[in-house]
Amino acid sequence: MNTSKPTTASTVLEDAPLVQGGLTFRGITEKISGIVEGRTPSLWWLLFGMALSGTLILVGSIGWLVYEGTGVWGLNNPVGWGWAIVNFVFWVGIGHAGTLISAILFLLRQRWRTAINRFAEAMTIVAVICAGIFPAIHVGRIWIAYYMFPVPNQMDMWPNFRSPLLWDVFAVGTYFTVSFLFWYVGLVPDLATFRDRAKKRIKRIVFGALSLGWRGGNRQWKHYELAYLMLAGLATPLVLSVHSVVSTDFATSLIPGWHTTIFPPYFVAGAIFSGFGMVLTLAIIARRVFRLENLITVDHLEKMNKIILVTGSMVGYAYIMEFFIAWYSGNIYEVFAFINRGFGNYAWAYWIMFLCNVITPQLFWFKKIRRSIPVMFILSIFVNIGMWFERFVITVTSLSRDFLPSSWDYYSPTTWDVLTFVGSFGLFFTLFLLFLRFLPMISMSEVKGVMPEADPHHGHAEGLQDKLEGESA
Amino acid sequence: MAQIFPEWTNTLPGKIILSGGILVILVIAGIWYYWSPWYTDVGYQPVQPVPYSHKFHVGELGMDCRYCHTGVEVSPVAMVPPTQTCMNCHAMIKTESEQLAPIRASWESGQPVRWVRINKVPDYAYFDHSAHVSVGVGCESCHGNIADMEVVHLDQPLSMAWCLDCHRNPDPHLRPVEDVTVMGWVAPEDQAERAAAIREALDINPPETCSGCHR
Repeated sequence: MNTSKPTTASTVLEDAPLVQGGLTFRGITEKISGIVEGRTPSLWWLLFGMALSGTLILVGSIGWLVYEGTGVWGLNNPVGWGWAIVNFVFWVGIGHAGTLISAILFLLRQRWRTAINRFAEAMTIVAVICAGIFPAIHVGRIWIAYYMFPVPNQMDMWPNFRSPLLWDVFAVGTYFTVSFLFWYVGLVPDLATFRDRAKKRIKRIVFGALSLGWRGGNRQWKHYELAYLMLAGLATPLVLSVHSVVSTDFATSLIPGWHTTIFPPYFVAGAIFSGFGMVLTLAIIARRVFRLENLITVDHLEKMNKIILVTGSMVGYAYIMEFFIAWYSGNIYEVFAFINRGFGNYAWAYWIMFLCNVITPQLFWFKKIRRSIPVMFILSIFVNIGMWFERFVITVTSLSRDFLPSSWDYYSPTTWDVLTFVGSFGLFFTLFLLFLRFLPMISMSEVKGVMPEADPHHGHAEGLQDKLEGESA
Repeated sequence: MAQIFPEWTNTLPGKIILSGGILVILVIAGIWYYWSPWYTDVGYQPVQPVPYSHKFHVGELGMDCRYCHTGVEVSPVAMVPPTQTCMNCHAMIKTESEQLAPIRASWESGQPVRWVRINKVPDYAYFDHSAHVSVGVGCESCHGNIADMEVVHLDQPLSMAWCLDCHRNPDPHLRPVEDVTVMGWVAPEDQAERAAAIREALDINPPETCSGCHR
């Protein structure tokens, strides 16, 4: 019987193993749990201190904003949307990688997602929290932010469901809820591992409560995997819908440069692009600091770089297509808006955006660059910068040159704009560092599932082959 | 290894979620009821510096609202009458009354009586008495049956929802313009047709937009 031939072919076609360095099931548990169970590294304290200071800056600048009003920001008459909206779209965009990795890549059976999904989902949740702050504070009177929710009241105030700004509230709220549930459901088996390993009673109680009575029995796994699949199905449309809705904040208005039908797909591509940029930045640091090179391998990073290349090219296509459509429409205001964008008062911002989002990611066509960690780290930072500038360019250039030339003005941020933005990074890293310290940053149960040892036939094939060969001999 | 949690905790997560949901509903319902002017403001009845009885002057003597509140047909404010208005009669009637002592004191000193305001809409809401009175919205619709009040109290909540109720459906409150000051008015059986005729004749389109009142 000729069994050796297909084995050889599959060996050739087989990808490099997802987990390297000969890690066993036990090794993975020790590695990931050890990060949380060991002593808090002094580097963590240093970073956490810095991040917490940033959070205090955020709290302080929001406090000043609430006390003094939105006049502390650099907004002026035509430019009524400034950094607050830019930062909102920036953070929501970053929050897109998590669900893409956890839901869409799960449904597409991309097994490599297991090494980064937990991490990316946590980043998503934290980024959406940062994003949620900005629309809430930009209304000025934040104590009446409840107007956005349909609660009965003696004013008969009811949200305007025709407004995309309200769709935003529900889109982002739904996204946060589903992402959080997805993340939490994924955590349950790992939390149970922590519970079982815990030595102190208090830890056993905390992780015991969080793991919801998980025992890891066959029936529990059966239900669990079905629930996970259904959540993935629920989350998949959200990856596309949330940023589409965000884009309608702009697209449903009549401002040239905003009022374009390309916005929803263009925003979604940009969101995934920026999300992967941020995942890459954080993953490169984390794998080095926590020595996770065997779990988050260069192959994983290369795959993310390919996604960045694809989505970056889609974004670049959208930039160029906007110019083409402006010309093709024959609408002089539309033409003006885009010429002004590329060559007007904010040309510097436009070309930073273009360079970081369209030109530098093209370097990922080269395999050497896709696999070079220092280069990809720098390029990922470029993506983060470029995508912030994209939102700045969209929001500010169109507004600063609106329909009434007499009201044209140049928008510059104030110190408080800058401090609020810097502070939001503080909050982002504070929450993210807490996640790294107290929860398993890589999904132990899922990584084990993609190892060859998890295959029920693992080890049998070789044995069978030996046996068959022995028989034929 | 011993169990960490006793058996009764099995149902705890479900109970927490359920009671959390109920709590949210209770908080919203509680705020909706207890923080609304229906609960907090209606019935407000301060002690006035002079024990002036609307029940006696309007209900028994049959004085018209407009004798004292002269601005009501022509201006946004109905106006609280000056001491002069009281003295039109009380210069000759009950000149020795103990209860009227503050009025006489005000008359002599020239200092107005400090009546306590009861019906007040916030500064950010624009309200015009003349616009309402001149199209047949009775005084009573907002102020209640004044002819029955010994001491005036706040009869209606003056909340935005309350304003909007009538702006969206003014018909139950429309009456012939000459009857606006009538107290204890009862809508006739064919109120719907009559109100429609008044709406048609006076071109009544109550604004429901934000800028109708928040100008």
